[in-house]
Amino acid sequence: MNIFGPLWLSIQLALATTVILLLVGTPIAWWLSQTSSRWKPVAQTIVAMPLVLPPTVLGFYLLILLGPDGAIGSWWVQLTGSALTFSFAGLVIASCIYSMPFAIQPMQNAFEALPRQTLERAWTLGASRLDAFFSVVAPLSVRGFVGGMVLSFAHTLGEFGVVLMVGGNIPGETRVISIAIYDHVETLNYAAAHKMSLLLLAFAFVVLFGMYAFNRRWDSR
Amino acid sequence: MHPAIFLVLLALLATPAPADDTLTIAVASNFSRTAAELSARFSGTTGIEVRISNGSTGRLYAQILNGAPFDVFLAADVERPALLENSGHAVAGSRFTYARGGLSLWSRDATDCLATLKDASAGRVALANPAIAPYGRAAMEFLISEGHWEVVSGRAVYGENAMQVLQFAATGNAVVGIIANAQLVDPNLPESACVWNIPTESHGSIEQQAVLLENAASNDAAQRFIEFMQSDVAREIVERHGYGVSP
Repeated sequence: MNIFGPLWLSIQLALATTVILLLVGTPIAWWLSQTSSRWKPVAQTIVAMPLVLPPTVLGFYLLILLGPDGAIGSWWVQLTGSALTFSFAGLVIASCIYSMPFAIQPMQNAFEALPRQTLERAWTLGASRLDAFFSVVAPLSVRGFVGGMVLSFAHTLGEFGVVLMVGGNIPGETRVISIAIYDHVETLNYAAAHKMSLLLLAFAFVVLFGMYAFNRRWDSR
Repeated sequence: MHPAIFLVLLALLATPAPADDTLTIAVASNFSRTAAELSARFSGTTGIEVRISNGSTGRLYAQILNGAPFDVFLAADVERPALLENSGHAVAGSRFTYARGGLSLWSRDATDCLATLKDASAGRVALANPAIAPYGRAAMEFLISEGHWEVVSGRAVYGENAMQVLQFAATGNAVVGIIANAQLVDPNLPESACVWNIPTESHGSIEQQAVLLENAASNDAAQRFIEFMQSDVAREIVERHGYGVSP
């Protein structure tokens, strides 16, 4: 029985999701932290929705959206010849939506905590907005980036309901560790379920502990 | 905490234990609609209230092992009720087959189910997970015994159960689904382009067994429900919902 296949798949999924959310989420978080647009509450609401929606709602919509007839799925079929449901790429999209608030909110909080004068000082010294972001904002917001990345990684690792609905349980493609554990429980294979669960438990502890330990050191600098 | 709030909470905790005229049955999800009609009929004639708890056979089994307060278990297989009997969680000798399942190919878009199943270039084929679901195991036996597995294996996706298989096929995510015959009589079944009944001799039989749980060993209401399940009235309801019954 292979324990590490599903774990490795979960880690790959979590890594891909974290990188994409870092790239896509940072500009969104920045915009949210700076804007006074009347659309801000709408955008914030949309970002926070995956926190409160049950995975069944996301899974149900994704099954339709990512399927061969769906808005995203049909476009993907034309592009690649296969649908997004039951594929690793589909799970990455699903995970990005599912973990989005976990990435964006810590980053947005960090950006909002920056003193306004710091930014203005950089601008008056002639730094472009992009330059100011990378040389002033980013180094001061490390805690927000680390928090957002660790949480989206850990949350994706623990994803279950959405994957159950759009994954199709294909070994090596969509059978992530949470699904493998579920299968083992259902088939009375409690020994294997224990091993995998313990592995995930230890992993989650290490990841979160690492983040909190990092925060502590960061704060006491 | 304010004393009044405390008293209210205490009162909520102290809701009366279910009386003898209440039954709780654990039902494999695929049988839930049928069980609802059966229990309504049973309640109508006996006045005994029946509460139904739906779930997958494996999950309900684990809950029973861990002390879930069920009186009767209507499983989707033979294995779990037999295990419960052996481990003393169910009353020895109370086990019987209450329904037999069959399989069909179903497609929303394809007009020839079998040809589409055999066409390696056609889309995904959905079946229930053979490791978990009895209907999935039978579907796999059919695919292998009829020599279709080779063209299907690369295109197979696995649902948690036959219900999810239909969901995959009904949303067009799978071009063909291997579903349970009982689903064909479901009033909510979407329009299909083809349905093909899989010959029963191409796979092992799918027997769903019921068992009286140890909790209810001396519960008269549970005993009466078990007897009702074997009556002609109940068998007629089970058959009408697309299952076979024991001769």
